[in-house]
Amino acid sequence: MTAVIEARDVALAFGETPALRGANLSVEAGEVLAIMGPSGSGKSTLLHCLAGILVPDAGEVLFNGRRLDVMPEAQRSALRRDKFGFVFQFGQLVPELTAEENVALPLLLNGVRRAAALAEARPWFARLGLDGLEQRRSGELSGGQAQRVALARGLVARPQVLFADEPTGALDSLTGEQVMELMVDAAREQGTTVILVTHEPRVAAYADREAIVRDGQARALSTGAGSVAS
Amino acid sequence: MVSPMSVPLTLLGLLEREPSHGYDLKRDYDSLFGRGKPLPYGQVYATLGRLARDGKVVAGEAEPGDGPERKRYVITEAGVTEFETWLKDPVAPEPNLQSVLFTKVVLALMLGRDAEEYLDTQRAAHLRRMRELTELRRTGALVDALLADHGLFHLDADLRWIDLTTARLDALAEAVRS
Ligand SMILES: Nc1ncnc2c1ncn2[C@@H]1O[C@H](COP(=O)(O)OP(=O)(O)OP(=O)(O)O)[C@@H](O)[C@H]1O
Ligand SMILES: [Mg+2]
Repeated sequence: MTAVIEARDVALAFGETPALRGANLSVEAGEVLAIMGPSGSGKSTLLHCLAGILVPDAGEVLFNGRRLDVMPEAQRSALRRDKFGFVFQFGQLVPELTAEENVALPLLLNGVRRAAALAEARPWFARLGLDGLEQRRSGELSGGQAQRVALARGLVARPQVLFADEPTGALDSLTGEQVMELMVDAAREQGTTVILVTHEPRVAAYADREAIVRDGQARALSTGAGSVAS
Repeated sequence: MVSPMSVPLTLLGLLEREPSHGYDLKRDYDSLFGRGKPLPYGQVYATLGRLARDGKVVAGEAEPGDGPERKRYVITEAGVTEFETWLKDPVAPEPNLQSVLFTKVVLALMLGRDAEEYLDTQRAAHLRRMRELTELRRTGALVDALLADHGLFHLDADLRWIDLTTARLDALAEAVRS
């Protein structure tokens, strides 16, 4: 087993507020990991550190064994574009673009030509049950539809790792589970590792494993079939 | 509140705190766990008798006074071991076992044990079961999916309670010990 992403003793403070204090986490290739924990415990901050969006004050973040935290910003941002996908609580689609263009966006940003990028984007609509919505703008989509478009955008470039922060947080539970199901199926199919922040147990149950962040420290919960008695 | 299975273990837990008379045990049991369903004296003494027979407790000399209840019970090593094993064991993640969960948390707090560790173990057991049910829901027939959903919603409720309790452990510990 090889770790795709690893945090070692990661610490980060926002001014006087310590958000992470020595967080450790290791994520295997192809794994779906749920990060849980109380509000304000540092989950989003940890996710942003793992994704190279935030640089920790101390500790190391490794991507395929390479130090992400010491890379120059330009290199880190290229890596985020090439290797990572993102889905957030509110899809954050670009309102001026059609759904199809939104999905194609990561490819366009990676220099793929428009026709080719749109051709790659299109099959995602059928796959995620979005047939016929290709030309809609984000204001013309329901929350669940917009979130599926955001999911397609997060996966279209076949990222090595998909980072998702409360991707179902704005959806009702049935719609949320549909999004989760699609996310996990699609990620498994293309071998994408998923790191998912959620406070909902039913959403976390789609993951292979979960970690808990408390007071800026992460710990893995024991996995496997432990003994259970009443 | 406490399932019949856990009455002996709950009494052992109370004895682990301090040697007690039967009526002390009943009083504490009723106030902490009885919830309007007091434990009959007969059951207290029958349970203590079985625990004594099995070497989990020993009864002291009868003290002056009347009635059989003037005996002080002391937990044995074997009793402590049994209680600790039970306390550490996660409850089977089936719905509607909140009462056992509740009992374990209160006892762990009262005895100054690591309730957070216990809740984390329980949380892991619950999530493991939820993963199985989620898989069943994804792959099974409609009826299986319906049943899985029923289980998932109950386990979800348990887990929310576990979360909230974990967040409040310090305050709860103070309340239970005072
Ligand atoms: N940009 C920021 N500036 C200042 N403080 C911040 C900033 N972002 C987060 N924090 C603080 O850092 C701590 C951790 O925040 P974080 O957003 O990581 O928590 P979280 O676990 O994601 O919470 P939630 O479940 O509510 O999203 C909190 O105390 C928060 O107030
Ligand atoms: Mg957050």
